[in-house]
Amino acid sequence: MKTTGEWLEKEIGPRISDQLDIGGIDRRSFIKFAASMTVAMGLPVGMSGRVMAAIEEEAARPVVIWLHFQECTGCTESLLRSTHPTLETLILDMVSLDYSETLLAAAGHQAEAALHDSMQANDGRFILVVEGSVPTADNGNFCKVAGQTPQQMLHKIAPHAVAAIAIGSCASWGGVQSAAPNPTGAVGLAKALEMEGIIKTDGSALPVINLPGCPASPYNFLSTVLYYLTLKELPALDAKGRSQFAYGRLIHENCERRPHYDAGRFAQEYGDEGHRQGYCLYKLGCKGPETYANCPAIEFGDVGGNTWPVGIGHPCFGCSEQGVGFHKALHEQADVTSVTPPSMFPGIFTEHGGGIGVGSAALAGAVAGGATVYALGAYDKLKRAEKAEASESS
Amino acid sequence: MSERFRPIGGRLLTPHFYFLGLLVLIAAWFIAKRFIFGIGAVSNLSDGFPWGIWITYDVVTGTAIACGGYAMALMVYVFNRGQFHPMIRAALLTSVFGYTLAGASIIVDVGRWWQLYNVFLPQYMNLNSVMLEVALCVTLYTVVLWIEFSPTILEAMQAKRWLRNLRHFLFLAIGLGILLPTMHQSSLGSLLIIAGDKVHPLWQTNIIPLLFLLTAITMGYAIVVFESLYASVNLRRPLETPLLSKISAVIPWLLIVYLVLRIGESVISGDILFLFRGGSEPLLFMLEVALFVYAIRHLRDEQQRVRPTVLFWTSLAVLLGGALYRFDAFMIAFDPGPGWHYFPAVGEMMITIGIVAFEIMAYLFFVKMTPVMMAAPGEDGPDAGPSGAWSGQRPATTAPDRLSSQRRGKGGFPPPAATSA
Repeated sequence: MKTTGEWLEKEIGPRISDQLDIGGIDRRSFIKFAASMTVAMGLPVGMSGRVMAAIEEEAARPVVIWLHFQECTGCTESLLRSTHPTLETLILDMVSLDYSETLLAAAGHQAEAALHDSMQANDGRFILVVEGSVPTADNGNFCKVAGQTPQQMLHKIAPHAVAAIAIGSCASWGGVQSAAPNPTGAVGLAKALEMEGIIKTDGSALPVINLPGCPASPYNFLSTVLYYLTLKELPALDAKGRSQFAYGRLIHENCERRPHYDAGRFAQEYGDEGHRQGYCLYKLGCKGPETYANCPAIEFGDVGGNTWPVGIGHPCFGCSEQGVGFHKALHEQADVTSVTPPSMFPGIFTEHGGGIGVGSAALAGAVAGGATVYALGAYDKLKRAEKAEASESS
Repeated sequence: MSERFRPIGGRLLTPHFYFLGLLVLIAAWFIAKRFIFGIGAVSNLSDGFPWGIWITYDVVTGTAIACGGYAMALMVYVFNRGQFHPMIRAALLTSVFGYTLAGASIIVDVGRWWQLYNVFLPQYMNLNSVMLEVALCVTLYTVVLWIEFSPTILEAMQAKRWLRNLRHFLFLAIGLGILLPTMHQSSLGSLLIIAGDKVHPLWQTNIIPLLFLLTAITMGYAIVVFESLYASVNLRRPLETPLLSKISAVIPWLLIVYLVLRIGESVISGDILFLFRGGSEPLLFMLEVALFVYAIRHLRDEQQRVRPTVLFWTSLAVLLGGALYRFDAFMIAFDPGPGWHYFPAVGEMMITIGIVAFEIMAYLFFVKMTPVMMAAPGEDGPDAGPSGAWSGQRPATTAPDRLSSQRRGKGGFPPPAATSA
């Protein structure tokens, strides 16, 4: 007789596909997830098989060390609270999250020991994820974990990582802490590494992938990790170090309200007729025309159809764009980086001729007048005939 | 007492007739222009308003006014009121030209008129099309009307053999002559159902075919009254007041049914609330109803109904109300969308005016030259020969005619008027 434990051991294999039942996920959802992540990465759908294989591959699981600096933990929260928590939890299981100050079960010296052990075991192979900005004023004394400033932690950990992911706007370029007057001198990860002169142990520069957003879209993080898992290389980055598949286009370019912009239909104030009609929010201060992100395509907040700020009637505030979110006022109009709206718009309706003219009005009047005169004349004759008839009969 | 129709004679080429001829010539010039340079050269028709005054007046309103023959045939043959038979030829005369010229104006109105014959080819027929029904039915009814009217012409030509032969199947034409208008006068309304939202909600309804049919019949009775009064005023015919007042007695009931249906349907559907919206449409609706209510009020009163002046204004009100109903539904309260405007161009109106003038000219011609009007007893018309010859054996009339002449014994006859020529 087998024990229950043996049954479980046999039924539930080590692969994710074997464990789907535990999370209450059917296979179809899993395949759909893999396919949609493939597309989100900008890879051909045909590669979803490789993406799925990468998810399944136990040996390939990268070790992740997740550091929190000056931040609100919103990025971690949004990652944990996406609509498909079980699936994302599985993915998190898939990456071997050896150290995360939020999720670690261990505490104190035990936690520090886990970090130390993992670094030794995975030297030169782990991915460093940084959430939050690095304070540069006063030697970084504004933020300390286990008695260490971010600078000290970076000096100790970063040279041993294979690559770094700066998740969220704070880690990318300082975020809300870097807004004026910036008392902590907050900067993003890439800037901090540069200031501290931190390079990898082999002497090469540590590649940093910026995934800005406040919070960063969890799908952009997951697909970046999957990209690395599948292709064993980092995705193409733009000039600001963002993965191109997610931040390649302006929000303005794929916005569902774009036709209103092109036709010159703008909401002028909150709750006005145009706002109710779903017109373009540019004049309310929408930063879509200068912000690069894939929000119109994959939406934001992950709570269902058409829910992202612009979708629910709020102007984009440019959270994922350096120098826009937290730097420009909400009502301030965006610098349109692609096409500027024309000052004159063509009419929506074409005016056709065929209206009343002088000649036709005169003719219609003449006909009506003639008919009236004629009718009155006939009436007069009839009245006389009627009188004659009456006098005859009486 | 036998029924005698005879030409009323008199000079045909009066100044009045020449004036009408001038109008017809002007229309002919515009029609020539239309066929050489196209519809755009003479009209304001557009993709938004493909139905202009030619359809609205010449076809839809024109054939409704031309329902005199249909309305009288209903009364004489279906309800067996033979006493009204003396008026049927005059009614048929207005019908035959109303329909013929409506068909003719379709040729002017249709862009590729040379393809019109395709309507009659069975292999191209779309049997779900209201337009097909209207086209076939109006064409057939026009032919039927000419057959129904042909005894008048044949009598004038003294073609006795033809008249005898015609007698055998005239009843068929009379039957069709009642069936066909029932079909297409309602279908003319159905055309608007297809137009959907373009027609203002105060006019758009699924019972619009019934409303069109009811108003067409009512307008048919009104034109018979109006035409008789016209003949009295302009052709110095005796007043036929007793008969006219009996015909007019039907009108208020038809109008009441119409108003109850129309307003009741609007109330049930809630469209009546559009009366409280802005724009000219509610006023036009009120005007239509007011014209009909005016006719109902005066024609319900037996004392008023016998007065020729009252008959004149009420029949005019019914004709105007019915015409306005059609103009509103087809043109004025018809909104194809922003940017489209329509008011008939001068050339367009002149063609319609010319067609009306031609109808009046044809009416005068036939009334004066052929036996259309009833000869008053004892009246000796200038050309009594032809119809007088038939009075003995009455070959031109059909079975219902004979029956009606028997019934007419007790019916009132118009008193001979001193003014008759």
